[in-house]
Amino acid sequence: MSQILPQDQIDAWQEKLADHQHPMELAVDVLRAIQHHHGWVPDEGVELAARLLGTTPLKVEELATFYDKIYRRPVGRRVIRLCDSICCWSRGGEDIAAYLQKKLGITLGETSSDGAFTLLPSCCLGACGEAPAMMIGLKLHGNLTVERIDQILAAEGGEARP
Amino acid sequence: MREDVQVLFKNRRPGETLFLDGYRAAGGYQALKKALTRMTPEEVVEEVKAAGLRGRGGSGFPTGQKWSFIPRGKPGIKYLVCNGDEMEPGTYKDRQLLLADPHQLIEGLLIAAYALQTEVAYIFLRYAYEDCARRVERALAEARQAGFLGDNILGSGFSCEVRLHRSAGRYILGEETALLNGLEGRRPNPRAKPPFPVNEGLFGRPTVINNVETLANVPHIIGGGAAWYRGLALTEDGAGTKIVGLSGHLEKTRCVELPLGVPLGEIIEHHGGGVWRGRRFKACLPGGASTAFLTREHLSVPMDFDALTAARSRLGTACITVFDDRTCMLAATLNLTRFFARESCGWCTPCRDGLAMVVWLLEKIEGGTANQDDIHMLQDQARNISGQTMTGAMSGPMRKDYVFKVGARAFCPLADGAMAPVEALLRLFRDEVEEHVKKGRCPF
Repeated sequence: MSQILPQDQIDAWQEKLADHQHPMELAVDVLRAIQHHHGWVPDEGVELAARLLGTTPLKVEELATFYDKIYRRPVGRRVIRLCDSICCWSRGGEDIAAYLQKKLGITLGETSSDGAFTLLPSCCLGACGEAPAMMIGLKLHGNLTVERIDQILAAEGGEARP
Repeated sequence: MREDVQVLFKNRRPGETLFLDGYRAAGGYQALKKALTRMTPEEVVEEVKAAGLRGRGGSGFPTGQKWSFIPRGKPGIKYLVCNGDEMEPGTYKDRQLLLADPHQLIEGLLIAAYALQTEVAYIFLRYAYEDCARRVERALAEARQAGFLGDNILGSGFSCEVRLHRSAGRYILGEETALLNGLEGRRPNPRAKPPFPVNEGLFGRPTVINNVETLANVPHIIGGGAAWYRGLALTEDGAGTKIVGLSGHLEKTRCVELPLGVPLGEIIEHHGGGVWRGRRFKACLPGGASTAFLTREHLSVPMDFDALTAARSRLGTACITVFDDRTCMLAATLNLTRFFARESCGWCTPCRDGLAMVVWLLEKIEGGTANQDDIHMLQDQARNISGQTMTGAMSGPMRKDYVFKVGARAFCPLADGAMAPVEALLRLFRDEVEEHVKKGRCPF
């Protein structure tokens, strides 16, 4: 397992938080930093964040389990968030979801066997003018078609399964 | 076509972002200079009041009035928070504003901060808007470098810091008190009102929360004057322009800026290119997922706050989602309700359990296993969960003005908003619901 957060980043956070009038204001940022480095937030990540923020692991856990972009379980190397809100639904979102599940060989909420992709249903991505849409990591992909999905997945790290 | 009056989108170019040099060349930061050098904070508030600007985040509350509630002369810090947690399905206008013209928001934020005499302002952005966050970050750095931000802005003696906060998702953060909890690093459940944020908000201090689009209007009001701004709207009660988002079964799904008061049908036909694939219009959500459906009979209704309320819906965010004549409105409502049920923060029982039950009932009807009792139960649930208009328990002159809508049984407006399409389904498409039950399957 890789480090939860490199020591230089821990030092930088300590310095930043010591100067901060309201350290908890940065709680989500600390969790996002841990997730960015480690891929997800394990128990040790919650404990580390609590130490840095000067609070209890329970307070951090309350946040980590509330926000759906913080992962408390391992995810694939790329997380696909597929919008299932009304605009994407109205423009063929269900067909896109079915195709992605078939192509990756997984259902929504699962990770492909090669660990390349985790597929999650998502609330509105704010891309209603480009529906149907999905995000991979922090990158938005709109106007999805079967052909576009093939291209995007190939560019994002190889096809997980035929 | 009525796209000739471009105020908020005047600097928008396809695929481009306008940064400091371009913004200044287009007259940017002149309004801030005017406010700081030629107006008192009170005069700025009065100008925004006179302009008739109403909140563009969905509530439609008069902005100047909200600003005037902030206690003046009270020692200690006050806060201004820009709500950029746009997450209502169908709504994507703030993203377009931030991608095109991030300095416009920063200038509006700084003028508002001056009017409120707040020295710390926050821009709260949702997780999915990282593309906007990067542009806002750059724009903030440019503004600071140019002396528009930080200490002693333009030598006026007024100082203001602006901090960018990136969130990690959840629709409830759009609710202003949940957003405050989120900013404080607490679990973002909504807070009970009163106290209202203008009295006790962020870190217990007086706080004003405004939407991105609302603040983006402010430089134009200060620059062009209240009378000019009011005159932009087509209706007497309206004021200004509105970014209208178009989505769903339309040929052209895009954001356009239009005067407030353009008829719904004209927007759909001319600006949305009409219903896609040569089909007919069946219904639409006029202002996001938490507004009630409208049908063909409403196509002449002006897109304005009061006209849409009279049509038993709401302007909301003015982001229209259109449904063609092949749409099963029950399936559409099921999709909407699933969203709200999943996004319930779980804090109160009517929302946490009530929305789940509505989903279950809608699934039953859509799946063809429901009976008449289920329709009655759905009606009861919708009535029980949704709220009623109440006057907030505020003292003094605020009491008569600050009318707000909260769930009578739910803790915050999430569940109330969730029931708007359900109530409209039962009112406008009752035959369709009955047909599901009679046929024992979805008729579409």
